[in-house]
Amino acid sequence: MSLLLSEVVLTYPDGDRRLTALDGVSLEVAPGEFTAVVGPSGSGKSSLLAVAATLLTPDSGRVLIGGQDAAALNDKQRTALRRDRIGIVFQQSNLLASLTAVEQLQAVAHLRGEKPRAVASRAESLLASVGLTDGKQHRRPHQLSGGERQRVNIARALFAEPSVLLVDEPTSALDHERGEQIVGLLARITREHGTATVMVTHDKAQLTAADRVLEMVDGRLAEAVAA
Amino acid sequence: MFVALRDIRFAKGRFALMGAVVTLITTLVVFLYGLTGGLASAASSSIAQLPAKDVVFGAPQGAAPEVSFSNSGVSPQQEQAFADAPGIGRVESFGVAMSRLTGDSGATSVSVFGAPADLLPPVVSGAAPQAGQVAVGQKVADDSKLHVGAEVSVGGRTLTVSAITADRSYAHAPSVWTTSATWAEVTGARQPNALAVDPGSADLAALDKAQNTETVSRDAALAGIDGYAAEQGSLQMIQGFLFAVSALVVGAFFTVWTVQRKADIAVLKAVGASSGYLIRDALAQAVAMLAAGALTGALIGFAGGAVLGGSGMPFTLGAATVAVPVVVMVLLGLAGAALAVRRITSVDPLTALGANR
Repeated sequence: MSLLLSEVVLTYPDGDRRLTALDGVSLEVAPGEFTAVVGPSGSGKSSLLAVAATLLTPDSGRVLIGGQDAAALNDKQRTALRRDRIGIVFQQSNLLASLTAVEQLQAVAHLRGEKPRAVASRAESLLASVGLTDGKQHRRPHQLSGGERQRVNIARALFAEPSVLLVDEPTSALDHERGEQIVGLLARITREHGTATVMVTHDKAQLTAADRVLEMVDGRLAEAVAA
Repeated sequence: MFVALRDIRFAKGRFALMGAVVTLITTLVVFLYGLTGGLASAASSSIAQLPAKDVVFGAPQGAAPEVSFSNSGVSPQQEQAFADAPGIGRVESFGVAMSRLTGDSGATSVSVFGAPADLLPPVVSGAAPQAGQVAVGQKVADDSKLHVGAEVSVGGRTLTVSAITADRSYAHAPSVWTTSATWAEVTGARQPNALAVDPGSADLAALDKAQNTETVSRDAALAGIDGYAAEQGSLQMIQGFLFAVSALVVGAFFTVWTVQRKADIAVLKAVGASSGYLIRDALAQAVAMLAAGALTGALIGFAGGAVLGGSGMPFTLGAATVAVPVVVMVLLGLAGAALAVRRITSVDPLTALGANR
């Protein structure tokens, strides 16, 4: 199992009491499986993603990434785990303004100690595979459309060949048609790259491409509904 | 430095502005360094280049000795006591006083040294002065159109130029050299001001105690030149302030820059960048900007210094004049930047998730 969350509880301080964001959440996602999590704002979707990304440590429960227990790791090891095993597709594209599309990917490789020049052609190929061609690989974020930025965002998340792909509201800044294209692209790359993909979204119109749809309500993952 | 260099390229206006500030401050510091060195040389080269390790200052009976050429006097007994000390190397007395040298083509203020031939600067032409003779520096000779054998008036007494020497100066006046006896006649002084000493194995502390003298190193003796310490202190204080301003300005720039980059830093942390990686990247950015700015400033300072030095301004242009400001600017700027980029460690990668940018 690439991603396993078991009985995860996460609470936040809220004045004198604590607010429960995740209430005994369990989730298993296999390689090549595209799981969508829907739910209203404040239901705990983002907390689920943050815990799965090892950016938050739960109060209790286990988080296993490719069989590795995140709770057993220190900060440095968790950072390395995110770098090597987890890809994050951010809600907004969150691209670095100073870098071209190719350089966004090269920067990820540089974090891993790879020489940026050595990975340039692989970066261009990956960008082409997500639909960024015709010289757009060498444009900066402000020179790309919203959909194109999101494709770069996806390619960046994939570039380190992660086993887990976490996707945060990928269509929130896109119109329906472009949103559909992006979700379709995520479904395709999940199968092609064999990632365990979890996409949180509030947009129920974009769920047809998912293998499985779960609903988050008040910090609990509800029964799966048919995709 | 992958992201750092691209950030500089992308925000070149901001970095150029900051680099220009570093350039200007470095240029100013190089000028000040050269000027400080030039003024120090003009005020002290006669003492700074004395062929002796230490200088002994004396005081009248009952008074405490002080490191001051104006207030110091060394008696024949004190000189003899030093000369007779076991293990002592060379002991030479010398005196210095300000006077006026008048030649056929005009008059100029000079510092007159009365000293044995051993203490003279290198002789360019002629021979060390005997009684009634004087050795003048090359610049005085050129400016006053003097030559060996020419007659000049110093302190109302006519002396014959016996030698042209390398240039030396004292208290911003070019130095001329004569014998101790002639010096006493010219200046009216009754005893020399100080002793130039090579101590050998002699116990100078015991000698000082017994003779009511104070022995200091030749470099420390420069403080005995009237106004030298105040002049150098003022210039060095300005240099210090400029360095401090530079570190603060660079620190402020990188503080603002780091705050502006917080969102980018959060994203990089979220995708697996360690704080160490990001701090190294930011410091590399600071080094690139500081080095470019400081080197440009050094080049401008060097070129400007060459022009100033050629125009007669007291300006010392050397490797240290340029290298010290560049190195100090980069190091202090880096310290300011390091304090600023520490806040990278406090950026929470969680803010990259779900946050509107």
